[in-house]
Amino acid sequence: MRVLAPFVSAGNMVNLRGVAQGRQAVAHLRACRRCRDRAMQGAGHQILKRAMRAAMANIVQFENVGLRYGSGQETLSDVSFTLSTGAFYFLTGASGAGKTSLLKLLYLSQRPTRGSIKLFGEDAVTLPRARLPGFRRRIGVVFQDFRLVPHLSAYDNIALPLRVSGVPESDVEAPVREMLAWVGLSDRVEAKPPTLSGGEQQRVAIARAVIGRPEILVADEPTGNVDPDMAERLLHLFDSLNRLGTTVVVATHDFHLLGRIQNAHMMRLDKGRLLDPTGSLRFPPPNAPSGNPE
Amino acid sequence: MSVAMIASAADRRLLDESRGTRAMTWIMAIMLFLTVLAGALGLGTLSAAVLLDRQLAGRLTVQIVEAVEAKRTNQTALALAALRASPEVTRAVEVDHAKLAMLLRPWLGTDGADPDLPIPAMIDVDLGVASDAAVARVSAAVRVAAPSARIDRHESWMSPVRDFMAMVTWLAAALVLLMAAATAAVVILAARAGLETHRDTIEVLHMLGSTDVQVARLFQRRIAIDTLLGGVIGTVIAIGVIALVGLQLAALGSDLLAGLSLGARDWMILGGLPVAFAVLATLAARQAVLTALGRYL
Repeated sequence: MRVLAPFVSAGNMVNLRGVAQGRQAVAHLRACRRCRDRAMQGAGHQILKRAMRAAMANIVQFENVGLRYGSGQETLSDVSFTLSTGAFYFLTGASGAGKTSLLKLLYLSQRPTRGSIKLFGEDAVTLPRARLPGFRRRIGVVFQDFRLVPHLSAYDNIALPLRVSGVPESDVEAPVREMLAWVGLSDRVEAKPPTLSGGEQQRVAIARAVIGRPEILVADEPTGNVDPDMAERLLHLFDSLNRLGTTVVVATHDFHLLGRIQNAHMMRLDKGRLLDPTGSLRFPPPNAPSGNPE
Repeated sequence: MSVAMIASAADRRLLDESRGTRAMTWIMAIMLFLTVLAGALGLGTLSAAVLLDRQLAGRLTVQIVEAVEAKRTNQTALALAALRASPEVTRAVEVDHAKLAMLLRPWLGTDGADPDLPIPAMIDVDLGVASDAAVARVSAAVRVAAPSARIDRHESWMSPVRDFMAMVTWLAAALVLLMAAATAAVVILAARAGLETHRDTIEVLHMLGSTDVQVARLFQRRIAIDTLLGGVIGTVIAIGVIALVGLQLAALGSDLLAGLSLGARDWMILGGLPVAFAVLATLAARQAVLTALGRYL
């Protein structure tokens, strides 16, 4: 059973030449109920569980969260918002606004100085350290600087989440090869990150983030190192994952990307404060200036 | 989650191991070389001490110190009879007078052979049971038969040698323990340095949901291999040195030094040292990594 079958048709778009063709592929994915049915069968209980969780409105809840590094000023102040299960969010803000810090709290790389964070219905602030790995396996992260393991091949980098989760080696190869095909790197299986271009590294990082079928995907400036054409293609990969039920949070500077995802919510950070605490704004926000929201 | 001590083949690629033989291997080779030498010294002196104990434990010398030759001869005969009648005694033989004269020649010169010189008669005695009680019973029997008799236990005049051997054995054991402690310390430092070197990879692994035990397993395996490889190299060289020293000792032909030999059990213990050190290093690495990772989020 090809558990990643729904991705493959979307993945084909990476190999296609133009964004328009990519859009067609996404449209095809949306229309292809048969693909979805296969996904439902392939992922089995995982997707069924996810659909049930979808009934649970909020997958993430921040309340009055503050974060301070050392004894300096607060990097994040009084941040409160909720993320709905299965929704797509953009997080915008100028450099130094606190986007990366907020994402770090989201993917449990950092604990807040104050406030409360609920993740998957549990208090993430007081979560015992021993339980963090279980939570982290439910979150896919695309780091701003990719954080690929330089001496591992593209294949091994993508396989990492499965191996960390204890998936038997015999069950690793097929999904990894599917992911490589999905991101258009089938011919770069053995390439090490230093030999990959920025865009290729980005795609490996994305494949690694989504191979474990995370419930939340967090991407920090995922299009910052690629050309606009590739940026749009990558965004469509996130979109196709979102359509399968994953909550997606993308931090970006790229104003042009914001309008590309239908029904995406937007959160804006300014000097560590969330300007849109409800996260319910659609792009373009009604009170946004006509230019770049940064 | 598996808690196996050794990582899987895929896990082995996680830490960059393409740098060939590492300094750790050679440090471990030196550690094990010194440890095996110390161990061999300890085991050798232990077996020599055991042999010495066995040889001296049941041995006595009875001297009949009597100036009048007739009385000396009479008391010697009575003492011999009493000794041979004693159930504890397995052998009682008078030392030949000519042999005694020869032993005394370095001190007395040719006068030692003078029949008028009152040289004590001596009886060499072996006991079946070397207990203090048996020695006391035999001594009492001899003194009844020969009031001029003096009884020396060989054990008592060789005790300084025995004490020295015991000290060397303990010293060697302490050296082995010190080397083990030093090995553990080196491993802890190496593990901490390794954590620092691979900090980025470890952070990525943590973010992907890796547990501390999974990360520790990577280091355990690597350090266990380094220790085992270095240990085998050091042990093989040390065994060669020990064999060479053994040949030199054998060529000396000394009864005392001949006891400094290693038996099959001793060789097995020495051969097991690299494995024991590899296990020790593995556990030390595991503990060091888990403690250090506890400070990460």
